[in-house]
Amino acid sequence: MNPRREGLKQRVTAAVAVLALVQFGPARAALTVEITEGVSDPIPIAIVPFGWAGVDQAPADVAEVVAGDLQRSGRFRPMPRADMVDLPTKANDVIADDWRMLRNDFVVVGELQPQQAQGQYMIRYALVNVLNGQRLLEYQQPATTATLRAASHRVSDKIFEKLTGIPGAFSTRIAYVSVTGQPPNARYQLIVADADGFNPRVVAQSSEPIMSPAWSPDGQNLAYVSFESRAAAVYVQMLKTGERRRVSARAGVNGAPAWSPDGTRLALTLSHKDGNLDVYVLNLGDQVLTRLTDDNSIDTEPVWSPDGKTVYFTSDRSGAPQIYRVGAGGGDRAQRVTFDGTYNARARISPDGAQLAMVTLDRGAYRIAVMNLKNAAMRVLTSGSLDESPSFAPNGAVLIYGTQDKGRGVLATVSVDGSVHQRIAAEQGDIREPIWSPLPAS
Amino acid sequence: MVGVLEKPEMRHALLLTMLSVMLLLMGCPKRDAVKEAPPAATEEGGATTPGLETNGVGQGTATGAGAAGEQAGINVRIIYFDFDNADIRPEYRDTIAAHARRLSGTTQRLRLEGHTDERGSREYNIGLGERRAQAVRRALMLLGVSDPQIATVSYGEERPAVQGSDEEAWAKNRRVEIVYIQ
Repeated sequence: MNPRREGLKQRVTAAVAVLALVQFGPARAALTVEITEGVSDPIPIAIVPFGWAGVDQAPADVAEVVAGDLQRSGRFRPMPRADMVDLPTKANDVIADDWRMLRNDFVVVGELQPQQAQGQYMIRYALVNVLNGQRLLEYQQPATTATLRAASHRVSDKIFEKLTGIPGAFSTRIAYVSVTGQPPNARYQLIVADADGFNPRVVAQSSEPIMSPAWSPDGQNLAYVSFESRAAAVYVQMLKTGERRRVSARAGVNGAPAWSPDGTRLALTLSHKDGNLDVYVLNLGDQVLTRLTDDNSIDTEPVWSPDGKTVYFTSDRSGAPQIYRVGAGGGDRAQRVTFDGTYNARARISPDGAQLAMVTLDRGAYRIAVMNLKNAAMRVLTSGSLDESPSFAPNGAVLIYGTQDKGRGVLATVSVDGSVHQRIAAEQGDIREPIWSPLPAS
Repeated sequence: MVGVLEKPEMRHALLLTMLSVMLLLMGCPKRDAVKEAPPAATEEGGATTPGLETNGVGQGTATGAGAAGEQAGINVRIIYFDFDNADIRPEYRDTIAAHARRLSGTTQRLRLEGHTDERGSREYNIGLGERRAQAVRRALMLLGVSDPQIATVSYGEERPAVQGSDEEAWAKNRRVEIVYIQ
C-alpha cells in the first residue's frame, strides 16, 4: 500500500476558530490528592521548615510543599512538624544523632532568601544523611513570587532523584477533562493543573463533548477533540495565549490526536474516505496528510515511539481490539503487537520506548496493564472495573489514568512497579482522560 | 465484528428480509400506536424495541395497514445495539424502511448519531459508534436514500442517554439516534 498524500490546504487553512466557547481562568473545583497505597517501607525523612531572612511573613512554605510531594509519592514518610525538637536551617546545624534517634534517615534543611530585586528569591537547601552525616545535596534554586511553588517542586524533584535514582516529576502538570451535569445540560471542560492538583485552570469548555487531550512535546500546546460544532474536530491550542487552530474537521470522525516527538506532525484518526476509521499523519506545517492504515476495521488511538519512527495503534482487524504497529512514514504493513487477552486498546509508550501501557480486559474488568516490548510480558497494575486512559509521567516511573469511585470519574496514579497508588478527585463532577505533561524546560 | 451491511451478499439478504418484513406487515394484526417508549432492557441484546411492539393503527389517520406500520416506524428515532456490535437487529428493519420511505426522493437531510456504552477505551468507542451510524446509513441507502442526505457523527461513550454502570444503562446507551435536520 502506498501512502496517499493529499493537499488539503483550502479546507484546513489554519482556521482560527471562534473563541467564544473558550474561557480562561481558575477552575472552581480544586483537586484532592490522597495516597491509597504506598511502599511497605517508605524512607523516613524530616523536611525542616525553611528559614526566612526577610521581613514579615515568608511568601511561601517551601518545606510544606516538598513534604507533600514526597509523601504523595508513596516512597517517603515525612516526619510531622510537631514532632521536631530542633529547627535548623543550615546543614552545619544539623545534629545527626538527634535526628537519627527520632528515626529519620535523612534531613532536609533550607532557607528562603529575598534578593535585591523586588519579588526575587533564592531557595538554598541541603539534604543530609543522618545515618552517616554525609551531605548528599547542597543546592540553590532561584524563584520569583509567581514561581515559588514551582521552584519548591524543583526542590522535591532533586531530593527524589537523589534518594531513589528516579528523576522527580513534581514540576509537571496534568491536563484532564472535567464533566459536570448530564447531557444535554452537561458542561465539558479541558483543565490543566499542577501535578499535585494545585492551580487548576480551564483552558476550553463547551456544552458538547471535549476529549482526547494531548500535550505537544514542548508543553506549550494541547491538541484535543471538541464536538462544539456538533461534529468532531481536532483543535490545537496554545496554552499561554489561548490562540486556537482547528486542524481537522473532515466529514465523520476526527479523533485521537498524537504529537510526533519533534512536534511537527499529528497522528490522528479520520473516517472521511469511506466511513471507516484509519490512522493518518497530518503535517502541521504544510497540512499534507499521509495515510498509515487502510483496513476495513477500526484503526485508531495512534501513539508515536520516542524515536518517531513507529506508530502504535488500536485495531480490531482480528475481530477484537489489539495493539499494532506501523512505520510512521506510511506504506508499511501493520504488525500485531499484543496477543494476550481479548481486548487491548489505547496504548501509550514509556519515555524510554521499552514499555506500552494500555487498557486491557482482565477477567471481565477493564484495567491498566503494561507490556514489556522486548519479551511481550504483560502485567496488570490496577484493580478497577472501568480503568482507562493511562498516561506515563515523563520520568517513566508512574502512570496516571481514569477510574471510577462510587460511580464518579476520578483520576488515579500507580507506580509502574505497582507499589504506590494515589487517587485524585474533583470536588464535583467527573474527571477523566488525564495526560501528564512533558518535563518543563530547565 | 464487522457490521452485516458491509458485505455485498449480506446487503441482498437484508433487502430480501426487509421486503418480507414489509409483506408481513400488510397482514399484521393491529395494535394501538404508541410513541417512542424507553426500551425494556434485559441482558445483552434483550432490549425490546418500540418499533416492533407498536406496529399498528395510527389512531384513524392511517389509510391502510402499511401506512400504519410506517407511522409507528417513523416515530422510532433510536436504534439500539448489542455489546461491541454494529449489526442492526431484525426488529428495526421496518423502522429503517419507514425512514427510507420518508427520505427517498426528497431533499430532507438527517444526522445519524452513533453512541456506545462506557466500557472500553474512548476513541475505540468513537470507532464503534461510527460503525453503528454507518450501518444505519448503509441500510437507508440500500432503500434509496441518497448519500448527501445523510451525515454521521459518533459520540462514542461521551454522551450517554442514561447514567449508570449496569446492563440496563449500558443497553440504553448503545444506540444510533436519528435526527432530522432542517
